Formats: sequence, C-alpha cells, structure tokens
Amino acid sequence: MDFIGGKLLQVVIALAIFAAIIGIIMLVVDRAPKSVKDKVTVAGFLAPAAILMLVGLVYPAVRTSMLAFTDASGNGNGFDNFVWMFTQPEALTTLRNTVIWTVLVPLLSTSFGLAYAVFIDKARGEKVLKSLVFMPMAISFVGAGIIWKLVYDYRGPGLEQTGVINFLRDALGLDPKQFLLDAPENTIFLIVVMVWIQTGFAMVILSAAIKGVPVELIEAARLDGANAWQQFRNVTVPGIRGALVVVLTTITIATLKVFDIVRTMTAGNYDTSVVANEMYTQAFRAGEPGRGAALALILFLMVLPIVVYNARVLRKQREIH
Amino acid sequence: MMRRVKTKLTSKWATAAAIIIAVVWSVPTFGLFVTSFRPAAKQIGPRSNGWWNAFVDWDFTFKNYTDVLTPAGSQSANLSQYFVNSIAIVIPVTIFVLVLASMAAYVFAWGKFKGRDALFIFVFALQIIPLQMALIPLLQFFTQTLHLPAGSYAQLWIAHTMFGLPLGIFLLHNFISEIPGEVIEAARVDGAGHSTIFWRIILPLSVPALASLAIFQFLWVWNDLLVALVFSGGTADVAPITQRLAEISGTRGARDYLNPAAAFVSIIIPLLVFFGLQRYFVRGLLSGGLKG
Repeated sequence: MDFIGGKLLQVVIALAIFAAIIGIIMLVVDRAPKSVKDKVTVAGFLAPAAILMLVGLVYPAVRTSMLAFTDASGNGNGFDNFVWMFTQPEALTTLRNTVIWTVLVPLLSTSFGLAYAVFIDKARGEKVLKSLVFMPMAISFVGAGIIWKLVYDYRGPGLEQTGVINFLRDALGLDPKQFLLDAPENTIFLIVVMVWIQTGFAMVILSAAIKGVPVELIEAARLDGANAWQQFRNVTVPGIRGALVVVLTTITIATLKVFDIVRTMTAGNYDTSVVANEMYTQAFRAGEPGRGAALALILFLMVLPIVVYNARVLRKQREIH
Repeated sequence: MMRRVKTKLTSKWATAAAIIIAVVWSVPTFGLFVTSFRPAAKQIGPRSNGWWNAFVDWDFTFKNYTDVLTPAGSQSANLSQYFVNSIAIVIPVTIFVLVLASMAAYVFAWGKFKGRDALFIFVFALQIIPLQMALIPLLQFFTQTLHLPAGSYAQLWIAHTMFGLPLGIFLLHNFISEIPGEVIEAARVDGAGHSTIFWRIILPLSVPALASLAIFQFLWVWNDLLVALVFSGGTADVAPITQRLAEISGTRGARDYLNPAAAFVSIIIPLLVFFGLQRYFVRGLLSGGLKG
C-alpha cells in the first residue's frame, strides 16, 4: 500500500494551494478601502467561480461551435458535418435512437415513479419501499451496465441460462434471446437501464409533491363520490403539475446527454449508438473532431428549448420575490 | 380521517403493483451482489448456472474480492489503486465546489451590483452546455496553454470543479437567499466585514444545503466516466475506479467472473453515502427541483 503516500501528498498540496488562494481573496476583501469595499467583495467572491466557468464552459462551447464547421484537419468545410449527420445511414440511426431515448425514458420513468409514489403513499414501510426504488440513483452508469449485462446474460439454446430474463423465457418454453445484439429492439433494452435509474428520482420528487396536496381536497372529492382514479386524475395530478414539469424536463436533459450506459453495454455497436456516444467516438476514437463537435452542437440545440423554458419560470419567480 | 383516505386510495391491486415494482427494481442489484460471491466455475464455463442456484448449492467465496483488490501483474484488476484514485479525485473536488459555489451564491443573493439577476440566470443556463461540448477545447487548453502534466490529478480536479459550479451555485443560492436579512444586517451593524459574515454566519446557517450539495457532488464525481476517459490518461496513477471497471468489463475473457465483485467494490461507497445520508440527498433534490 506504499502508493497511498504519494497520492495523499498530492491531495494535501492541492488543498493547501486552494486554501492559500481563498485566504488571499478574503484578505484583499477585508483590507479594501471603504469607498470600493462592496465592489471588491463582489469581484473577489465571484471571480474564481466566474473564471472557471468562462474557461471550462463558455469558451469551450464557443470553440466547439466553430469546430463543428471544420473537417478532420481543421479546415473550414461549411455544413459538411451536418450533411454527413443527416444523410449517412449510421449517423441517422444515432439520431433516431436519441429521439427514441428522449421520448421513452422521461415518459416511462415518470409514469412508474408517479404510480409507485401514489401506491406506497402512507403505506406501512414506505421509507424502505422508497429506498429500494431510489437506490439505483446512487449507482454509477458503469455499475448499472454490469448489473444489467448480468440480467440480460445469454447462453445458447439448450444450455442452462444464467441471466434472469432468459431463465424466465426458458421456463415459459421460449428460446433464449440476445437482448443486446438484436437490433432494433436492443435500444429498448438499454433504455430499460436508464428508466431503472431515473424512476427513483421521479418517485422521490413526486412523492414529496403528493404529500403537499391538501388532504381536505382529496376528502372533499371522495365525499362527492369520486372513485380512486377520479381523485387521482382530478385532484392529485393538477396539484403536482409543477413537480411533474420539473421531473420531465430534468430527466429529458439527463437522457439527451446519456453516454455511459451505451458505452459500457454495447459501445454503440449493433445500431445502438446515441448522439452523446457517437460524439465521443468521432472526436476521440475516429479522429474526426469536427463531426464530434457538430454532434455536440446538435445536442446543445436539443437541450436549449427546455432550459430556456426553465429560465423563464425562474425569472418569473425572482420577479415575484 | 387519515385512515379513511388511506384505505380508499391503496387497494389490493395497488399494493400488488407496488410490490412488483419494488421487486423488479431490487432484483438486478441483488443478483450482482450474490454473483460476486460465487466461485469462478459457477459463473462461467460448462458448470455455470444462474445466481439464484447459489441458495441451493450454498457455495460462496471471498476469492473474487481478494483477486480484484490485490495487484498481481498487469492483467490484474488491481482495484485498490483505482479506489484510492477515486477518493483522491472526489474529496478535493467536493471541497472546491462547495467553497467557490457558496462564495458566488452569497454574492448573487446578498451583493448589490448591476446586472445581478441577468448574470444569475446566465449561470443557471450554463447547465445546458453538455459536457461533450466542453471536452475537446478544454483538453487542448489544459495541455497546450496551461501545460498541465498529463497523468496527474490536476486536470480532473479542475475539470470536475468547472462542471460542478453552475448547479452548485444554483442550489446554494436558493438556500442562502432565504436567510433572514436581519441576521446579516445585525452583523454588519456590529462592524463585521463581508468575509466575516460569509464564514461566521452564512456558511454555518447553510449546513443543510451544503450537505446535500456535497452528496450530489460526491456521487456525481465518483460515478463519472466521461470526464475521466478524457482527462485521466487511464493509468493506475490517476484513473478512477469507474474507468478501470469499464475497461475490465468491456473486454470479454476468462476473467469475466471478476466483474461482479469489481462492480460491487465500485458501488459500495456511493451506496453507503446514499443510505447514510439519504435525508440530505432528498432535501437537495427537492430544493433543486421544486423551488427552482
């Protein structure tokens, strides 16, 4: 275990440097003359975060947008990368898969999460039941990939199956299936993994929102003769509308960026690639940074409307304050 | 009255559906857990069978775990090294993000300057920039402009901190702006400067929000693969455990029986963090989601 010492030293040095920088900022802020004190404070407190975000996010975003219009050797090539994206069969498959992902994952995760939150609301053992579904949120996509590879495990017909699902198929008299190889449905089996992870998120947010719906409203509906479904449809759902929007948009953004699941389970082979994975393949494996950048730009454009919407909601809230 | 509402809403079918969902959601992880303790011959090869048979055979071993953790040649998973790397990456990043984001959030909540609200919404909007978009130029910037050594933690620390700031500022701002103005005003009247107010009043009062952001940041960085792939160089000196895990599980071979144990080593820390601090985690989700 002698390697730990060197690594620990690096961490300690980094923390010391960081503490020194923060210390200097605090010193400057405190010593600044009264007339400019407020300005110095704003600048000092904001500068480190602002510089990091400018260098790490704003500048790269601008650079990537420009890179999207260049070829492999860095010369401008107009819209060629985008033409490639919308004409080549494999690139089109990637786009199609991304659309399927972004439609199915938010829809399924939110439905399962909502149903589960309603079913276990005020039930005995609610906390434990919640933890079980919520747990996948803590597991890395890589770990989830390995977990689900085991679930989808395939052995030839006649052999003893080691994957749960093929075992069940066997028991029902069906032939075992290569879940990750058979296109186009293999995309669906990858989506299942993402739904497995995101349902817990949807469930927790929606469960909190459901608890915020006044009991009197539900009771009143019940006295009016509404059955369970009508109570849910006409009282609960309108009461949690805001939370539903948040859950749907958050999961949609996460899904658009999904990379690790595809990377670790199929590496984008067998027609399962998505934009985020193809971007990595093109930029860092195929030596086509221009195409990679173009795909990243498309990703950005797909996320844009969702965030603009959220930013507008945020702005309204700040005006009310 | 509560009782009546409850019996009305949760029918037998709802209970059954809830149990089915709970089982379907837990079985995959449980299967991995059981498999990780099964001997190699039961996992691959002619005598292999499904993990559920383990309860009939009752054949368990710790050998998979000792094999993945101890170094033995270049072929070995050697996970203990990568495990330490993950810790060495995640702890500084979490501290950096917490301090820098709370400083910025304090100014956004209580500082007075022109364009404050517009700037804050801009920071919020930075969350749209997909990591994928930032990777290529940032890598060039690190190696060509800053000359950061490849194969050191520095690139990963800085990159993760950059990517964590927008959400961090947003979450903490929600909380810090709710601190009563009288508290800060009283301190100012007593002659406290901004840095004193920040360290002595704002941070101690923000502990719940800091805790939930810390958990988020911890899980996010620990579970990351993409940033590691681009910036770590992939060696045992720097690369985190997720990257090693992706490597060994990506190559099919005779050592496949080690994958479940390796995967479990990598998810044990996040699971402990999650179960130990679940309360803060949920609170963070709610303040990030519902209030925003």
